[in-house]
Amino acid sequence: MLTSVELVEFAAKNGIPIWALDASIALVLALAVFSLCGLGVIVLVYMERKVSADIQLRLGPTHVGPRGTLQLIADMIKLLSKEDVFPKHADRWLFRLAPALVFIAAFTGLMVIPIGPRLVVQDLNVGLLYVLAIPSIAVAGLIMAGFGSYNKYAMMGGLRAAAQMVSYEVPRALSVIGIVMLAGSAKLSTIVDAQGFWYIFLQPIGFMVFLVSTLAEINRVPFDMPEAESELVHGYSTEYSGMRYAFFLFGEYIALIAAAALTVVLFLGGWHGPGPELLGPIWFAIKFFGVVFVIMWVRWTLPRFRIDQVMDLGWKVLLPLALLNILITGIVMSI
Amino acid sequence: MISEIIYFSVFVAVGLTVVVLMLGLQKLLQTKRHSDAKLSVYECGNIDVVSDPRIQIKMRYYIFGLLFIIFDVEMIFLFPWAVVFKSLGLVALIEMLVFIMILLLGLLYAWRKGVLKWT
Repeated sequence: MLTSVELVEFAAKNGIPIWALDASIALVLALAVFSLCGLGVIVLVYMERKVSADIQLRLGPTHVGPRGTLQLIADMIKLLSKEDVFPKHADRWLFRLAPALVFIAAFTGLMVIPIGPRLVVQDLNVGLLYVLAIPSIAVAGLIMAGFGSYNKYAMMGGLRAAAQMVSYEVPRALSVIGIVMLAGSAKLSTIVDAQGFWYIFLQPIGFMVFLVSTLAEINRVPFDMPEAESELVHGYSTEYSGMRYAFFLFGEYIALIAAAALTVVLFLGGWHGPGPELLGPIWFAIKFFGVVFVIMWVRWTLPRFRIDQVMDLGWKVLLPLALLNILITGIVMSI
Repeated sequence: MISEIIYFSVFVAVGLTVVVLMLGLQKLLQTKRHSDAKLSVYECGNIDVVSDPRIQIKMRYYIFGLLFIIFDVEMIFLFPWAVVFKSLGLVALIEMLVFIMILLLGLLYAWRKGVLKWT
């Protein structure tokens, strides 16, 4: 989308092939997205600590930097200087590839999310399908981590993660079908532009199903069965330490960023708001942090579910509700 | 199409480079002190693993996997239908309803059979 006519002409004059031009622009954009989401992770981890502290009447981090803002940097330095422990029986390749896969799957998913008018890396026609499909490849990473660690807790954590994420994938994808029907497109920027009236009001059932299954999809409390500390030590990442553990953490927070941004794009009108178009990204950021705050609020308010309750909720409540939502939307639109 | 694939590959490459760079940095900064106990598997105080953790897994996981595939394929059918729904109207709705009903009957059958119970 950024390939302007002059650039193409310049490339043609100097004998640079089009794919090389594309690749270099993509590289710049990928680095930009990476720094943006790195910044996002720093802000979100700090926010998570402060919000949780506030809810539990604590202070949270206060010592490192002004008001504890540099706490995550200190944590990163600590994780970097830790020994790279490789457990005795672990599978060489599965154990090494798992964190990388989780991180890359979450990161690549950010490619299609528009944060402002024309501010998107690649506005795919199947953007919605892409952003639902690619980040859920992380499931494979979690199973690999569980299986590769040669540890009972990790094995059970990996299996639970797979069962849960796979179950909630279905209602999550079905709940956005109503939006695709209303907007007549699966392109995320078209969906945003179609929202003169926010879809959260036109699709209340869809919104609720989407939010709940998103919480389960990114393994947030109350759906954090895969790493339930009280029963599974730390689930699939029990055997990990140092940077490899940090990549699981990154993956989780980038998935949170993607999920919150997707909620804003689909249901809360994206970058639309009063004022000139230039303010779009600011409106987006305000809505984004609102959604993130709600997700964190839920985390520190509700206790964890049991695994059978989690599966019941997914298959017996959310799936029929999502189908009902499609039915209602279809009938209302046909009349 | 080609340009989209290039973008995707570049994103994957950047992610991979970040992972490799960070792990390399850790290699430079870490202090290595080997001990047998550190490398052992995390269990409740055992010196080595008591039994193979790669046990036969519960049948339920497999059944939920099967159910997932059925509904995931349904979802793939629904997406193109939803995109063109506006121009097709009521007939398309009824046709899709028949399709969903068949799958819903399947889900109800699984439910009645007690397949969806976890214990």
